[in-house]
Amino acid sequence: MKTYDIVIVGGGPAGLAAAVAAKEAGNDSILILERDHELGGILNQCIHNGFGLHTFKEELTGPEYAYRFIKQVLDLGIEYKLNTMVMDIAKDKTVTAMNKEDGMFQIPAKAVILAMGCRERPRGALNIPGYRPAGIFSAGTAQRLVNIEGYMPGREVVILGSGDIGLIMARRMTLEGAKVKVVAELMPYSGGLKRNIVQCLDDYGIPLKLSHTVVDIEGKEHLTAVTIAEVGADRKPIPGTEERYTCDTLLLSCGLIPENELSRAAGVKMSTVTSGPVVNESLETNIPGVFACGNVLHVHDLVDYVSEEAKRAGQNAVKFVNDGCMKASEENIIELVATEGARYTVPSTINVDRMEDLLTVRFRVGDVYKNSFVSVYFDDERVLHNQKRIIAPGEMEQIILRKSQLLEYKNLKKITVKIEKE
Amino acid sequence: MEKRELTCIGCPMGCQLTVSMENGEVTEVAGNTCPKGDIYARKEVVNPTRIVTSTVKIKGGDKERVSCKTASDIPKDKIFAVMKDIDAACVNAPAHIGDVLIKNVAGTGVDVIATRNVEIA
Repeated sequence: MKTYDIVIVGGGPAGLAAAVAAKEAGNDSILILERDHELGGILNQCIHNGFGLHTFKEELTGPEYAYRFIKQVLDLGIEYKLNTMVMDIAKDKTVTAMNKEDGMFQIPAKAVILAMGCRERPRGALNIPGYRPAGIFSAGTAQRLVNIEGYMPGREVVILGSGDIGLIMARRMTLEGAKVKVVAELMPYSGGLKRNIVQCLDDYGIPLKLSHTVVDIEGKEHLTAVTIAEVGADRKPIPGTEERYTCDTLLLSCGLIPENELSRAAGVKMSTVTSGPVVNESLETNIPGVFACGNVLHVHDLVDYVSEEAKRAGQNAVKFVNDGCMKASEENIIELVATEGARYTVPSTINVDRMEDLLTVRFRVGDVYKNSFVSVYFDDERVLHNQKRIIAPGEMEQIILRKSQLLEYKNLKKITVKIEKE
Repeated sequence: MEKRELTCIGCPMGCQLTVSMENGEVTEVAGNTCPKGDIYARKEVVNPTRIVTSTVKIKGGDKERVSCKTASDIPKDKIFAVMKDIDAACVNAPAHIGDVLIKNVAGTGVDVIATRNVEIA
């Protein structure tokens, strides 16, 4: 089997952008491994528009956005294998994979880029009581059935969870003639983008019930009805608030989980908050030469940010291959801490030697904050205090750190990101 | 005087906007906290438009469906008329990004174009 410098696990938006960036950074020995029968990942089924406003300054649909990168991969002659499942990534970066043509094969890679994306939270992880009939789908499964296979999962729909895929599917099912009766959201706020709530629900008169959840599912063979109820501050159903909806379809849009079975098995250190790898400023994990980007690292709302992040992972993988390591002194390592409202930061550490002039630090908050401040502390000194009219869990936040600014602070050990009322 | 309630989509804040109208003209926008809300409300009440995305049946291709979109925005009240034409349509492979699949869909003057490539199987 041919060997490669850089093996990229996953041919979705992250893997494609990482591959293009690595090739453009001068490496000619790149292989993308993709388990589906085509490149592009989940974008292929995201046929709605709104992708690429940041990257291409125009609104593209998912397949169009994916094709912009697929075309670059093809034009640059980057190698890829489809229908190929990666089975294992060893600590020494030997990648074991299999497909029908090659059988099982191993590639001793110099650098590995993790770009496996994420999975939807399934019913089994939600503890919904009631029967287990046919007619219950994750929103993404329904999206694939409708948009790729051309099947309608049902005619009368209830949606649990107001994540973006759920909102998009509420509109999609309505356009195809289904009646979407209600979207129930456990939290007192939606996890989806505002514009999706307006353009997918309000446009079609679909009610969004916040602080509501499904408390019963009826139907022996096929779903016949669900009951939803209001929940209190403890997120437990309030007796007497139950409402029954007859329906043949229940879609679940209750969060996404980075798909890190391979990373864990490889010994990659994981964050308990993001369920993704802990990475440094170079998007490198605790295993030297193993990088992560896109939704496998932390779940993004905008693919534009995935592409940008993946580009950095690709470029850094090339640096690693060229130098045999990420060159730097091990002294200037700064820890990034998220606290008081901020749930996590990506990256988790910064080695100032390796940092580029500007570094984007992304984070999410755990609640809705109005008229609050995003604050950044260098050790105990507050260096950034940005007022924001609103900060919400559904929309990723970012701050930009300057290398020059970090170098001015001698012996800086800790950067803290938090949300402050004043 | 007519009043319309809207939710602004300019940012996650989602201001509740109240638009006052007289003889089809916007006289006042209230509830917005920034100019974005004013601009959005004026466009949305007078001439709301949307891009419609869907899929069209395709024969002889390596896929069952070709994804598509209206080449530009269409009036919001024409969405279901456009969907009716899209659902009735059937094209032959191949189709490439930007190819016109339906001309002048539902009399809007806008074409429906392919958003992905489908090759002959």
